[in-house]
Amino acid sequence: MNGTLPPQQISGWGRYPTGTSQLARPEQVRGITDLVGAHRYVIARGLGRSYGDAAINEAGVTLLLERFNRFLSFDSATGMVRCEAGVTIADLLTHFLPRGFFPPVTPGTRFVTLGGALAADVHGKNHHKDGSFSRHVEEFNLLTAEGGILRCSRQENADVFWATMGGMGLTGIVTEISFRMKRVESAYVSVDYDQAPNLDAALALFENSDQGYTHSVAWIDCLARGRNLGRSVLMRGNWATPSKLHRRQAENPHALPPARGLGVPFDAPRFLLNPASVRLFNSAFYHRHRTRHDVVVPYEPFFYPLDKIRHWNRLYGNRGFLQYQCVLPLGSSRDGMIRMLELLSSEGHASFLAVLKRFGETEGEQLLSFPRPGYTLAVDLPRNGERQDRLLKELDQVVLKAGGRVYLAKDARLSSESFQAMYPELPRWLAIKRRVDPNRRFTSSLSRRLGLDG
Amino acid sequence: MIVIPRSNHGTVLIAGATSSIARGVAAGFARRGYDLCLAGRDLDEVRRVASDIAVRHQVNVSAVRFEASDAASHAGVLERLMDEGSAELVGAVLCFGVLGEQSVAESDFPYAREIIAVNFMAAVALLTPLGTYFHARKRGFIGAIASVAGDRGRQSNYVYGAAKGGLAIFLQGMRQRLAKHGVSVTTIKPGFVDTKMTFGLPGMFLVARPEDVGEAIVAAVLKGRTVAYIPGFWKWIMLIIKSIPEHVFVKLKL
Repeated sequence: MNGTLPPQQISGWGRYPTGTSQLARPEQVRGITDLVGAHRYVIARGLGRSYGDAAINEAGVTLLLERFNRFLSFDSATGMVRCEAGVTIADLLTHFLPRGFFPPVTPGTRFVTLGGALAADVHGKNHHKDGSFSRHVEEFNLLTAEGGILRCSRQENADVFWATMGGMGLTGIVTEISFRMKRVESAYVSVDYDQAPNLDAALALFENSDQGYTHSVAWIDCLARGRNLGRSVLMRGNWATPSKLHRRQAENPHALPPARGLGVPFDAPRFLLNPASVRLFNSAFYHRHRTRHDVVVPYEPFFYPLDKIRHWNRLYGNRGFLQYQCVLPLGSSRDGMIRMLELLSSEGHASFLAVLKRFGETEGEQLLSFPRPGYTLAVDLPRNGERQDRLLKELDQVVLKAGGRVYLAKDARLSSESFQAMYPELPRWLAIKRRVDPNRRFTSSLSRRLGLDG
Repeated sequence: MIVIPRSNHGTVLIAGATSSIARGVAAGFARRGYDLCLAGRDLDEVRRVASDIAVRHQVNVSAVRFEASDAASHAGVLERLMDEGSAELVGAVLCFGVLGEQSVAESDFPYAREIIAVNFMAAVALLTPLGTYFHARKRGFIGAIASVAGDRGRQSNYVYGAAKGGLAIFLQGMRQRLAKHGVSVTTIKPGFVDTKMTFGLPGMFLVARPEDVGEAIVAAVLKGRTVAYIPGFWKWIMLIIKSIPEHVFVKLKL
C-alpha cells in the first residue's frame, strides 16, 4: 500500500526491546481508516515515549500519528480543548500557557501525544490532587475495528470510555479528544525542597503535608543503605502568584525567557554509568538540595527536567535501559518499599533517576489505569543481563505480595502471569475488548506478551 | 466563541492548504498576524486545518473548496474563493501538487495528463486571475511551489518535473510582467521534504521538516525573492546537476 514502509526496526524510549514493524504515517481520519482496513494487525504510536513495547507492532503495522495533530476548538471561558490525538503536551504549552492555561495532567516529558496520554492514562506530580489524565477528559472519538467512529464519554459508551483509558491503544484508535485545561497564575512554581534522611522521614512528609501542595514528588537515592535507606529530597510546590515573581517575570507571568536545549549526539559508552559514578551523583544530588522553602522556579525545570537534553536515552548506551515503575497500596507501601530499596541498594544497581510519589484517590471505573492510592516508585536501570532480570523478578514478587502493580507504559519485560495477578479488573477489560475488537485487529508487541489480545 | 479583531496585515490565500508544507506556510503567515483564506479539494480537511491555525495563532481563517484537478471548475475560481472567504487579499501562495508514479505516467497518457493538469494547468488557472487582481491593486505577492525536479528532466520523475518546470517558466514571465506594477512573484523550489508525498520513498537524503520549509517559504515570499530554493543549499546541488553535459547525463542513473 502506498505510503507504508516495509518492516523496520523500532523501539520505545528505553530502546529495549526492538521489534520489526511496518510503518505508516496517516495525516487524516480517512488515511487512518484506510490503513486499519488494509492491515490485519494495527497499533497507534504517538511520539514513542512509552519505554517498552507498547507502541511496536511486530507482524503488523504501527501507525505514526504525529502528523494527525490539529486543534479543532478552544473555549477560553471553560478551558475546553478539542483536538486530534497527535497533538502533544508541548503544543498545549506553546499555545495555551501564554494565555494562562496549563495541561490538566502532564507526565515528566512534554513530548507525548494526547492519544498516548489517554492510552496510558498518564499521571503527573498533581495526581494526589487532580487524579490521572482520564479525570479531565470529557469525551473522545474511537475508530473501531470495523472502521466506524464510536463516541465515548461518561454517559455514552461508558464502558468503552473506561476500557480505553489506560487501555494501551488496544480498543481502537482515538481520533479526537475533548478535555479541559487548567487556569494557572503564572508559568512559575513556588517550590519547597525538603530533605528526608530516610524512607520513614519521606513518607511522614508526604502523609503530613502533601495536601498543601498542588505538585509533589520526591527524588529518592536507591543506592543509600542502612540508616540512610530511602533518603530523599521532596520537591513540592504550588503555582507562583505574580506577587512572588521578580518585576521582570511579573510583567509577563505566563511566558518564560527562551531556553537553550542540549543534545546527546551519540550513545554513551557503558562505563559512564556504573555503581560508583551513580553513587557519587546521588550523594551530590542529595547534599545539594538542602531544605529550602518558597523557591520560585520556571515550570520547565520543575516539570520537565530531562526535556532539556534531547535523546537523553542515549546516555544508557546502545543496549538501552529499563524503567521499573510500580505502585503499592497505602497499607503495604512502607514494608514493600523498604524491601525493594534493600534489593536495589544491596545489589548496587546503578539508578540515578528514581522517583517516589504519593498517589491520591482515583475516581471513575478505570480497568487498566495504573494509579491507585498509595506510593509509586520509578527506577531507571541500564540494561544489564541476567542478574538484573532476576532482580526485577524479585521486585515483581514484592509488588505482587504487597497487592501492587507495574506501569504498562514503562514496562518491557513483565510476565503475563504476574500482569494478570496485578490487574484484577483484566477479565472485565477483556470482555469489552472482545466486544469492540472481536477479530483482534488492535494488537501490539506488549499485548501479545501480556495476553491483552482478547 | 472568542471575538478576535481583524488583523491589519490583510488576508493571504493558500491554495492546496491541507498538505503539510501548506500547513507550515499557513502557520508562518498566522504567526506574523496575517488572516488566512485556505482553499483545498477536501473541504472537511481544509476546515480542520483552518480551525487548527485559528486555535494556535488566534487569527481569522476561512475555508473554501478548490478542486485543482477539475479544469472546468476553474473559471471564476478567484471570485468564488473571495466571495466565500469574503476577504481582500494581500497575497497568495499555491501549494498544491501531485507527484504521481513515473513508471505509470511514462506509458499511460491519461495518467500523465492528470499529473500535468494538477501541477501545471490548475496553477495557471489560479495564477491568471490572481495576476489580474494584484495587477489592478498595484501591490501584493504571489508565491507558487515548483520543484527542483523542474530544473532538469530526469528519468525518475520527468512528467512531474515537466509540469513543475513549465510552472517555473510561467512564473518567470509573470514576474517580469508584474514587477513594474509592485507585485512580486516568487518561484519556490523545495528539495526533499518529509511529507506524505515522500514518506517511504527510497533514495531520500537531506530531508527537511515541512514546518521549517513552510516558514522559509513565508520569509522568501514576504521578502519578494524571485526564486527561492528551500533549504538554500539546493541551489548549489541543482547548479551542479544542471551543469552536467547532456551526453554524460544520459549515462547516469541519477
